Parts: sequence; C-alpha cells; structure tokens
Amino acid sequence: MLGLNSRDTKLLLLVIALVIFAPFLLNPFPTASNLGESFNAGYPALMQRFVIFGLLVIGFNLLFGLTGYLSFGHAAFLGVGSFAAVWMFKLLGYNVLPALVMSTIIAGIFSVMIGYVALRRSGIYFSILTLAFAQMMYSIAYSDLIGKFVGTPITNGETGLQVYASDPQVLQGANAPVLPHLFGLEMNSQTTLAMGGWEFTFQVGYYFAAFFLVLGFYLSIRIFRSPMGLMLRAIKSNQTRMSYTGLNSKPYMLAAFVISGMYAGLAGGLMAAMDPLTGAERMFWTASGEIVVMAILGGAGTLIGPVLGAGMIKYLENIVSKIQKDFLELWFAFLPDWLEAAVVNIIYPFVGKGWHLTLGVMFMLVIIYLPGGMVEGGQRITARFKRKKKTDAPDGAKTPAE
Amino acid sequence: MDEFLIQLLNGLDRGAAYALIALGLTLIFGTLGVVNFAHGALFMIGAFCTVTMQRFLNLSQTVIDDTQKDFLGNPLEVEVPYVQSWFGEAAGLAIQDWSVMLAIFLTIPVMLLVGYVMERGLIRHFYSRPHADQILVTFGLAIIIGEIIKYFYGANPIQTPMPSAFLGTWDMGAAFGLEANSVAYPKWRLVYFFFSALIIAAVFAFLQFTTFGMVVRAGMADRETVGMLGIDIDRRFTIVFGIAACVAGLAGMMYTPILSPHYNIGMDFLVLSFVVVVVGGMGSLPGAVLSGFMLGILQSFASLKVVTNIVPGIDQIIIYLVAIIILLTRPRGLMGRKGVMED
Amino acid sequence: MSKSNFTRRGVLKTGAVAGAALSLPTYLRADGHTGYTNAPGDSGTVKFGFNVPQTGPYAEEGLDELRAQELAVEHINGMGDGGMLNTFSEKNLDGTGILGKKVEFVTGDTQTKSDVARASAQSMIQKDGVIMVNGGSSSGVAVAVQGLCQEAGIIFMAGLTHSNDTTGKDRKANGFRHFFNGYMSGAALGPVLKNEYGTDRRAYHLTADYNWGWTQQESMQASTEAMGWETAEAVLTPVGAGDFSSYIAPVLNSGADTLILNHYGGDMVNSLTQAVQFGLKDKQVNGKDFKIIVPLYSELMAAGAGSNIEGVFGSMNWNWQLQDEGTAAFVKSFGEKYGFPPSGSAHTCYVQTLLYADAVTRAGSFRPCAVAEALEDFQFDGMGNGPTLYRGADHQCFKDVLVMKGKENPSNQYDTLEIVEVTPVEQVTYEPDHPMFGGSDASLGTCNDGA
Repeated sequence: MLGLNSRDTKLLLLVIALVIFAPFLLNPFPTASNLGESFNAGYPALMQRFVIFGLLVIGFNLLFGLTGYLSFGHAAFLGVGSFAAVWMFKLLGYNVLPALVMSTIIAGIFSVMIGYVALRRSGIYFSILTLAFAQMMYSIAYSDLIGKFVGTPITNGETGLQVYASDPQVLQGANAPVLPHLFGLEMNSQTTLAMGGWEFTFQVGYYFAAFFLVLGFYLSIRIFRSPMGLMLRAIKSNQTRMSYTGLNSKPYMLAAFVISGMYAGLAGGLMAAMDPLTGAERMFWTASGEIVVMAILGGAGTLIGPVLGAGMIKYLENIVSKIQKDFLELWFAFLPDWLEAAVVNIIYPFVGKGWHLTLGVMFMLVIIYLPGGMVEGGQRITARFKRKKKTDAPDGAKTPAE
Repeated sequence: MDEFLIQLLNGLDRGAAYALIALGLTLIFGTLGVVNFAHGALFMIGAFCTVTMQRFLNLSQTVIDDTQKDFLGNPLEVEVPYVQSWFGEAAGLAIQDWSVMLAIFLTIPVMLLVGYVMERGLIRHFYSRPHADQILVTFGLAIIIGEIIKYFYGANPIQTPMPSAFLGTWDMGAAFGLEANSVAYPKWRLVYFFFSALIIAAVFAFLQFTTFGMVVRAGMADRETVGMLGIDIDRRFTIVFGIAACVAGLAGMMYTPILSPHYNIGMDFLVLSFVVVVVGGMGSLPGAVLSGFMLGILQSFASLKVVTNIVPGIDQIIIYLVAIIILLTRPRGLMGRKGVMED
Repeated sequence: MSKSNFTRRGVLKTGAVAGAALSLPTYLRADGHTGYTNAPGDSGTVKFGFNVPQTGPYAEEGLDELRAQELAVEHINGMGDGGMLNTFSEKNLDGTGILGKKVEFVTGDTQTKSDVARASAQSMIQKDGVIMVNGGSSSGVAVAVQGLCQEAGIIFMAGLTHSNDTTGKDRKANGFRHFFNGYMSGAALGPVLKNEYGTDRRAYHLTADYNWGWTQQESMQASTEAMGWETAEAVLTPVGAGDFSSYIAPVLNSGADTLILNHYGGDMVNSLTQAVQFGLKDKQVNGKDFKIIVPLYSELMAAGAGSNIEGVFGSMNWNWQLQDEGTAAFVKSFGEKYGFPPSGSAHTCYVQTLLYADAVTRAGSFRPCAVAEALEDFQFDGMGNGPTLYRGADHQCFKDVLVMKGKENPSNQYDTLEIVEVTPVEQVTYEPDHPMFGGSDASLGTCNDGA
C-alpha cells in the first residue's frame, strides 16, 4: 500500500491506530481513582507533546539513525521554527497553515546554512560544531541580540515571544478566533466523552499534530527504503569506502541534515500552533541533549523507536515528576508500617523532584544493556516468547530493527 | 591601557581554569579514546569535596544558651565546632579558615577512587563502542552524579570562603611601576592561576620525564604495539584516568571560592570544556592548554567596552564563534593529530 | 515519496471528517457544566495547582514555596493553628474549606523554564482539573503561565516575580501579583541611598541580560538619577555566566563609586562574591567609600552569598523579622511545622493562596471572573505587609516595601539580613499607565471563564 511493503504498511497502520486511539490507550484507569490521578496521560497537552516530539525525533533519527552523525544542536531548529510560527501569528493572523509553512521553510534555510558548514567535519567535530552553532543561536535569542540591533524585539529574550492585541495581524478576519485555528477550526476546541468512571478528551489540536506525525512517519519510511536511505546508511558503515567508489556523499548528507532540520522546524511550528508562546530556552543545549536521549532510548536507526523514546521521556517528565510522597504512602498503605516506610523511602528519591535520577539510571541501563533501545528490548522479549512456544528459534533479535 | 592589562590578567586567569579542565578531558581522550561527558561531574565532585571538608571542620556540638533567643523565642542552641573545642578557639578558627586548601587531602583520594571505579566499572566496557555511546553513557552518569549531590547538598549554591589570608587584591600595577591601584587583581585568582600552572606543569613533567609517563605516551601513540611488548597498558591507563579525574577534581576544589558550588555546576562547564578541547585538537595536551588560554583571553577581551560598543553581545558568543572558525580553517583543531576521533 | 501527494489528500480527507466530528456540540459532563473551566460542580472538594521549581537552580526556593502552600491549604481546611487567618482583616474563611469544599492540591515542577512550566500548568488544568494555579520563581515563567491561564480560563496567582512586565505590558485579566516589582524596589531604595550615600555618586550597573534585569536596571537608573546620581556605565552580562570577573574588572578604573548588581539567584551570589574579591568593598573612589547595591534580595541568596552581603543594601517584599502580628502568626506556624523561618517567596505564595480562597468566599463562586472581580480593588490588612490594595487596573498589590541591609554580625544562620526601613506604600505607588509598565498600550484584556 502507498508504495510500502506489507511489513511497513502494518507498522504505519499501527502508528495510525496508536495516535487515533491514544486518548483511550493513555487513560487506562478511571479518572477519579488514585491510579488515574497519578498515571493517566491521556490529556490533550501531553498527547500533543507526544506527537510533536515524536515528529521531532523521527526527523532527528533520519540524520543520526541513518548516517550516524550525532547533531548536538537540533533543538535550535525547533526554536527557529517556533519563532517563525509566532511571527506569522503576529504579522498575518492566527491561521496555523502559513505559520507551519513558514516555520518549516525558515528552519530549512537555517539547516542549509549550518549543515553546509558543519558537514565539512565528521565525528565529534561535527557534534561540537552543531553544538556551537546551537549555543550561539540560543545566546542570540535569549538576550535578543538581533532585537537590540534592529530596535524592536525579535525573540523578546527570556520572557518569550507572544502575540499582543496591538500586532498587525493583517489577514486576521474580524470574526476569526483569537487563538491558533485552521480556517476557523480552533486548535483547542475539544470534546469529552464520559464512560463509566472514565473520561476521554478529544482535541482538535492533538489530531492536527497527530496528522503531521503520521505524515512524517510515512515520509521517514519512504526515505529509509529509498536509494537515498541506502546511501545514507552506507555513510554510516563506511564513509571512506563510499567515497573511494566515486560517490560524493556530501549532497546526501546535506539533504539528510536539511530534511531533519525541517522536521524539527515543523515540530517547532506545531508547538507554537498548540500554544502560541515561544522562548529561547527550547533551544538550549540540554534540549538538544534531550532529543538525542529520546532517539537512543527508543532505538536509533529504527522506524518506530523515536516515537517510543519521545513518548517515554515526556511521560517521565510530566507524570513521574508529579508523584509526591503522600501518593506513595497511599499506594503502599497495604504493607506493614515498617515495610511501607522502607519501600516509600527507597522509591521516593526516584520520583517527584528526583525524576531526573530515574531518567539518568534508565538511560544508562539502556545504553549499557540495550544499545538498540526499547525496540531492541521489545524484540528480545518477543524472541524469547516465541522461542518458548516453538522450538525453532526465529532470527528476530538479529534482524535490523525496522 | 589599564583596562587592557586587567582584561589580559583576567583572560590568563580564566584561561588557566579552562586549560585545567580541558587537560583532564584530553588525558582521557588521548589515552583511552573515550569521550567523557561526565568530566564536568568530576569537576563538581572536586568542588563538593571542599564543601564536605568545610562541613566536616564545622561539625559541632550543640550547647543551649539560655541568654539568647531564636526566631521562635525559644532558648538559642549555640553550635560549637569540635575543632574549636579540641584545638582551642584560635587554632580551630585557623583550621576552618584554611578549609579550601585542606580539602586537598580529601579531594585527591576521593578523585583517584572515583576515577578508578568509573574506569573499571563503566568506561572499560565502552572502549570498543561507538563514540556516540560513550558520550551518552557518560552523559547519563553525569545526570546521576548531579542528582546524588543534589540529594545530599540541596540545589542552592553553597558559599565556600577562601582563607582570609587571600582576601582582597594585590596591586600588580604598583609592583610593575605603574600608578598605584590602577591594576589591582584578586589574590585568590592569582593563587588559582599559579596553582593551575603548577598542575599543568606537573602533568607534563610526569608524562615527559618518568618511565610511567613514557609508557603512557607510547600507548597513546600506538596502543597495540605497546601491548605486544608485554606491557600491561590497560592498568596504566586506569591510573591515567584516575590522574585525569584528580586534575578535574582539583580544578573544582580550588574554584569554589570564585564560584559557589551547586549540583549543576558540572553541566555548566561541560559544553565549554568540550569546545576548548576540540579547538585545541582532540588528544593533544599542549593543544588543550593553548586553546584554554586563547579562549580565556579572547573572552575577556570581547567584554572590553571598545569591543562591545562595536558588536554588542559579542562577549556572549565569542567562544562559539572562534570554535567554528578554527574548526573550519584547521580541521583538527589547533594541534590535533590526524585520525583522532574522526570516525 | 512520489505517491505522497495521494496519501496526503487521503489523510487530509479523514482529518476533515475527524475535524467535523469534533466540532459537534461538546459532550456535557455528568457533574454539571456551569460555564467555566474545571468548575468543581457538586463534588466536595476543589483542587489548587502549585506550580513551583522543584529541580534546577531555584529548586530550594520552589520547595519553600511548596511548604508555605501546603501550610495555607492546611489552614484553609481547618488544620493547624490557622496562621494568618487569625490576623487577616477578612473573616470569611472559617477553617471549613472554601464554600464548604475541602481544598486539595497537586504540585508540578517548572524547572524555571517557561516551556516546562506551561506543560506542567496545562497538565494541572487538563488532567487534574485545578481551579487556580499559584507559584513560580521567575518572571519569564510567571508571564508564560499567566498567558496560559488567561487562555484556559483559570485564575493565576503569581508567586515570586519581580519584573515590571508581569503586571506591566504583559498583564492579564486572569493573573494577579502580590509580590512587589522592580519599580517599587527602585522607588524604595532611592531615598535610603540618598540618606546613606548622598546625592553625588557615580553608579555602575551590571545587569543580567534578560527582561527582569532590563526592567530592574531601568527602575534603579530612574530612581537614582532622579536624586542626582550619575550613571557611569550599564553593562549587560549573560545569564548564568558563572565567572563575572571580566565584567567586574573594568569597574575598578571606571571612576564609578557605586556598583549596582541587577542580578538574581545564582548570578547574584556569584557576581557579589566576585565583586568583593576584587576588593570593591574596601576601595575608595573620588574620596568616597565604594559601595555595592543589590536591588532584589532573597533569604536563600543571602545565605548563598554568606558574609559578602554585609552592609549591602537591597529590598524585599517581606521578611520574617517584621514585628506585626500577621508576620508573627505566620512565622510561628511555619517555624513550628518545618523548623526554620519562611522565606519571602514562601510568604507571597501563602498569602496568595489565602487571598484567592477569601475572594472565592466573598464572590460566592469559583467562577474566575467573579473571583477576579472580588480581588480587584480589594483592600486588606493583617497579612504581614500592612494595609494592602490589590489594584484593579493592573492586578498589582500595593503595600509597604522593605529596604534591607546585609547584617554585619549575624547571630545565626537565618539572621543574615536586617530591616533598615519600611518604605510607605505612597512612595512606591505609580500610575497604571506608567511608561515602564507598557504605557497606555498595556491592557488586561477581558476576563476569561474558559469553557
């Protein structure tokens, strides 16, 4: 279907099903229950982040997963995309389409410039070059250095860029919503379905962003399977040999870098479309580091890995970081007092304000034991499961995880 | 002119700090071929050795003083440090005063131990893995170390005063025949500068003039051959890792009076130290030192008023700008060798 | 990729169908749709969202805010000794919750990053169903979360935010600030500095290069120049620079005799420590002793800077050493629960929570616009700051401002600052359309009740 082989089609359909039914899947517990209050993740703002960061990491994976070039400055393109989108809101109006187009284009232009320069080096030199560019852009945005030259705020520094009533908004119709919308369809309009103790929220913005995730995922499958994808993988396995055969890898690399930058720009534009305020901090190097972490955690070089990794990190950040000591005491109340205290004291440093510790530990474990990330973990489990059922062990663990 | 001289001093002092951090990082690159993103964390552990030493010297017994009241109106609990009750108040205070320097007795063993455990327990398993994996696993380790420190010491910066003997400034100008007070510089920063120079010299001398150093240098150049000569190069490299950790730790320890340590201080230095190392050239020790000083001085000059008047904000991006220019004109950094870290 | 056109259209079609389905009338919840976001309906509880930094550089401050917020909820629900409820001029809160509903709360971590703070606030609003968001430790975050609450139809009670912009050009109808601001710091410090240091001084500003720093510098410059001081130089420093030496060194020979550090948090700790190391405190310029001023103080930063703050002037919103009975009641219940005195940011969050609860009882409803109306031009006393006005025009509290000085010989670890003067409210009051606060362009917009 759509030029995909049956396995890829299944994967695509799986992703489509996942994003469509996410409001159900992410709300497994009744809304008012203790577990639901703690672990349910099916609310629009978080689901939006799942798909937007999924899209971002899919794009990053096209560069890192295929070519092995580790960009440590990808968040810069996300930030550029967001700034471009908010500027479109300010200048033209709240329709998201021009904003998304512009954010993708501007991020593309930046990635052409940075890519052209940074790709002249490889290995860690490339990483540090992208890092240097990104940090420079972050500094410029954070202190609004361009704005100081021009005399009017461009990035509006630390407070972040937002839309004011006094902005021109030349295309904003008189009756158009004063929130991001798609031809009148407001991004934050939603409908809630109550079933028993469960409540499921379906939001326009989420499905809008999810559409781009599916599109991005489809494109990434096509790129993985295209001759260009093959070329990029050749770069990863042995760039020198490739150039000996007379192939110029440079244009392919640049194309991969720019495509990946445009994915990031689109993701940034979507973030602005969901929430029309943007700040420089989403360009800081730790944000770039987070993208790398997501890709590795999910499984770099695999198709589905980036989506899983992004979901995992955002879940940790938004759900685990909110678990407080009294929640823990509630869950383990069934234990004898001394045991309860012990268990709570062991778990507590890892949740709530200590969620970074969980992140660090999990991340290290994955790198040490599962270099292929969660995808490899899943494959190992299925492989073991199948081996138990049948005697003929499949080669599941050895097939490249795609 | 005076302003220029002060910024030159400042650049040297700043550069000394950069060079010291980059030196440890380069030692690890050069010998083990490992990209250590936890180097900033090692710097931080050193800084917290000072804090620990300070806390240790301030361990107190509590005496209830009925004559004074605390903020709730209860009798005030007065803390008397043990050092003061053991050695007498004057000697005790003197010992506490020098806690930053005394921390050296804690920092060196702790850092050697941390380095040893880290290399044997973790880094060793990553020699044959791609550099990306090394970066990431050490990055994860850095997060964990930071969180552990935060768990015990909190997130607030902790004040660690320098010995009172080094308070205030030294009038460099007068010493060199300029107008009095025109070029005055804090004594502690000069101490830091000479301390860095001493450590850098010591590391170079160690590698240059000892048999151990010779073997290590040989190992850096060609590990396999040295191994084939029957030398246990791995064991030596473990020791080198310990030394590198020590250098980072000492840099952090002495830096505490300048920058109050907090759990994230390592991350703040991480990016910078990598830029310094890459500009100097991966695996080149003289390159790391040179680029540390160069970037330090450039950064100081970039904050001169005459410069910022022309290009506002240049002081904030100069380091990255220079790094980009150098990497594009000299692909392997200032003094990098061919073939290092390019795969 | 050649066929992607086809797919896109296909998916667009499905998207359009899905969109049409979603724009159908909203399904009404069983617990009654009362016309505003997260209406508590007939459930016996109501939920507050406490959004504070729990990780990152301001974690300690955020955790102190959280302690105070927990205490406030206890007092509203009738546990503990009631704290400031006993001294508050309004007596509507009787320890039975708010309008008969017990208060519950959820917490979130802002990490002092706008994006994260907004994500956390969104999760509180969408998932936990909070009726009000309170807390925070930076102006960037406050402005960002305030904007979000405005869109969502939730009341935002700002925590520690000192930038003029929060209730200036970025003011919002759903946002309220109890904390003071940069202008007030400048206005309060001016006369004290004039008394102490005279009218003939040359000030050198080092300013954190972001919005709070800019407004702080602007305010200090205006108030010092008004009393005759000259501004020698104003230099912007990168946020989180760590080593400020290359910015401090030029101060020595600039001919300035006063250094004003428009820094906060870790930056303030470092720049002040380093300025002292450069001998600035012992220096003599133009025949006068060199002086350092830190416009905004906080207890935690004072502790971080140690003995370096001795004799340095600054300002605060509130301090636990005040002698009024409201302060005494709060310090007592906080101190007895946690074992140390509360910080200024803890106080502001505590008061904000009580003020919100009181406004709801006076309005008789949790509806944001009704609550906002109850808070606007509301006058109260007994909350530690003396008679206070919540001005309706910009949702800023007007009250006395404390001028502080680093104590010379602190007797214990909490005794780092002393109160030099309580500047009366008249002296720090300004017009709502003051040019530093967005001028006549600034507007609150209209109050939003949400869905």
